[in-house]
Amino acid sequence: MDAAAFAIVAVALLAVAFRAYRKRKSQRAHPNELPPDTPTIFPSQTMPDPSRTPPPAGGNTVEVSQVCKSFGKKTVVDHVSFEVKAGEIFGMVGPNGAGKTTTIRMLMDIIKPDSGGVRILGEPFTEATKNRIGYLPEERGLYRKITVCESLTYLAALKGLDSHTAKSRTEALLRQIGMFEHRDKKIEQLSRGMGQLIQFSTAIVHDPDLLILDEPFSGLDPVNKEAIKQFLRELRARGKSVILSAHQMNEVEELCDRILMIHKGQAVLYGNLHEIKNRFRNNSIYLEYEGLIEGLEGVTTVKNHGRYAELFLEGNAAPQNVLAQLVSRGVKVGRFEVSTPSLNDIFIQVAKGK
Amino acid sequence: MRSKTFTIVVHEFLSTVKRKSFLITTLSLPVIALLGMLIYEVVQDIQSEPEPPEQAKLGYVDATGLFGGYTEQPEALFILYGSEDTAKTDLLAEEIDEYFVIPQDYLSTGLVVRYTTERELEPPAKVWEEIRVFLLNNLLGGRLSPELIERAETPLLLTSLYLDEKGQVSEPPDEFLTIFVPYILGLIFILSIFFTSGYLLQSVSEEKENRIMEILLSSVSARELLLGKIVGLGAAGLVQIAVWFITIQVFSDVASVNISALEDLDIPLRVLLWGVIYFVLGYLLFATIYAGMGSLMPTARESQQWTGMFALPAVVPLMLMAVIAEHPSGALPGRSPSFHSPPLRRY
Repeated sequence: MDAAAFAIVAVALLAVAFRAYRKRKSQRAHPNELPPDTPTIFPSQTMPDPSRTPPPAGGNTVEVSQVCKSFGKKTVVDHVSFEVKAGEIFGMVGPNGAGKTTTIRMLMDIIKPDSGGVRILGEPFTEATKNRIGYLPEERGLYRKITVCESLTYLAALKGLDSHTAKSRTEALLRQIGMFEHRDKKIEQLSRGMGQLIQFSTAIVHDPDLLILDEPFSGLDPVNKEAIKQFLRELRARGKSVILSAHQMNEVEELCDRILMIHKGQAVLYGNLHEIKNRFRNNSIYLEYEGLIEGLEGVTTVKNHGRYAELFLEGNAAPQNVLAQLVSRGVKVGRFEVSTPSLNDIFIQVAKGK
Repeated sequence: MRSKTFTIVVHEFLSTVKRKSFLITTLSLPVIALLGMLIYEVVQDIQSEPEPPEQAKLGYVDATGLFGGYTEQPEALFILYGSEDTAKTDLLAEEIDEYFVIPQDYLSTGLVVRYTTERELEPPAKVWEEIRVFLLNNLLGGRLSPELIERAETPLLLTSLYLDEKGQVSEPPDEFLTIFVPYILGLIFILSIFFTSGYLLQSVSEEKENRIMEILLSSVSARELLLGKIVGLGAAGLVQIAVWFITIQVFSDVASVNISALEDLDIPLRVLLWGVIYFVLGYLLFATIYAGMGSLMPTARESQQWTGMFALPAVVPLMLMAVIAEHPSGALPGRSPSFHSPPLRRY
């Protein structure tokens, strides 16, 4: 009797093992091929999820009103207010220690503000709100001893997805980022670059309405940096909101529609990036040339550096008039660029002004 | 859709039972039990081989002249020597196993000096008894009846009877079962509580050190996270206990063929139920303390150093096991709440 039972169990186990082996063999033969019934991570037409209130079209995804936070006697965030609209990449910039991470942690309800209010996706923060947010903290890591697939599936399930959906989303995302063949590797076996991609994937695997990334590009190699920027542009195109915090302002300049600049816990600049840059434009022209450029109409000062010069214009002078004068004089123009200050320059100006 | 807490429970349970350390700890008891049984069987086989009864040859020098009779005992032959020198010569020539000297003032002092070539911590009980009976028989022989001499040899054959609350004589409790079994049960539960709480501490510390904690807290509340961890790891602890109990039951059944003390080893269901309750309550207490330590301390190593001071009170009852098992209704286990762990009490 015992021998018979043992034999039945052994045969059943062998059958299961053989089936699993065949399935794995088939997947290894076509690692990045998407099976026909697998949903894509960003489906173009998704079925509406009745549990989700859609993000307000053109409205505000995030509303922060006069939030303050102090640790002991040190005020880290001081009456900061801002809004993030649906379908935009919003940049939060400022030097290290400005209060960006604390503000983000208050958005995520990880720490509570001393005063002020936060509304996410049109309502006060609740536990259910967490399911609609993707979050990549500044200090981040992964379970090193479990596989890529287990890790992502687990974190997706913690975002409220059922186990089947979590698994299929994970596999679809891994295919999309070209990591499907590494799905059974432990995280500790991955290269640094691969680990960074998986880390970013944990924030988007559940297709969030709002993505909050705290210093997402720190430590990234250029290839992964570009891949993540492309992901963010796709998310924006799909009407999702992205909050991007960075101290390297060139990254923000490249991606963001609107920005909030924080300095010593206070909001020092806030609004559309293009408008802000125009506001700080010093009405100058960078010119690489050969020829005579003295006495141009509308130019108040010329700083000549040899092969190039900086031309400072009168308040209402148009750069195209200056260009027309150069052409009519027969000056060979190698480069003609209306100078706009970088975000970094603007920050320095603002910080000095404070 | 299952709750997030349940997801954490399943994750923690599976990742714990797959750990090498958990598997080694859990399976070590069955392996040790198997090895123990094999060794016991081998030793029994060796011992059960028939050996001819050996009669020890004990030489003696009698300065009193009182000890001439009863030299033929079933397991000893007493050989009288006229002097110590001849006895020593025969001992060194291995003609006799040992010899002893009864001095002239023996009756007033009771002193007997024994000489042997064997290295030993103390005189073997068998030799001591043979000499004692030899002396007693010679001292009393002819003066008392054989019955009185036999009683003088063995004056006490004590039987303790256990009276229950109604004053009825009941079966006296088996010493082995009343002391050994509660001790083993207590040890199993305490070990499992600490192993499992240790895994919890490790889990919390790892998530802090690997910097996953903030990602997790962006998905679940701290309460859900901790509850999931405690329940998941508690379930792993119960699996460990179940494996150990099954091992004990199976091996005691098998071993009872050779070890008669194990024949009556049948752990009652109520004891197991009490044990599980004890485990759950003990685990909840220590798991909460350990999880708190894991959250507060920056590294796993520092957390472990601090948890040591919390582990000590739990081990004290086990250290006082002999006293508690001997007097389960006494002041020590009766008045102190920390000793009220059912598996440690007599059943």
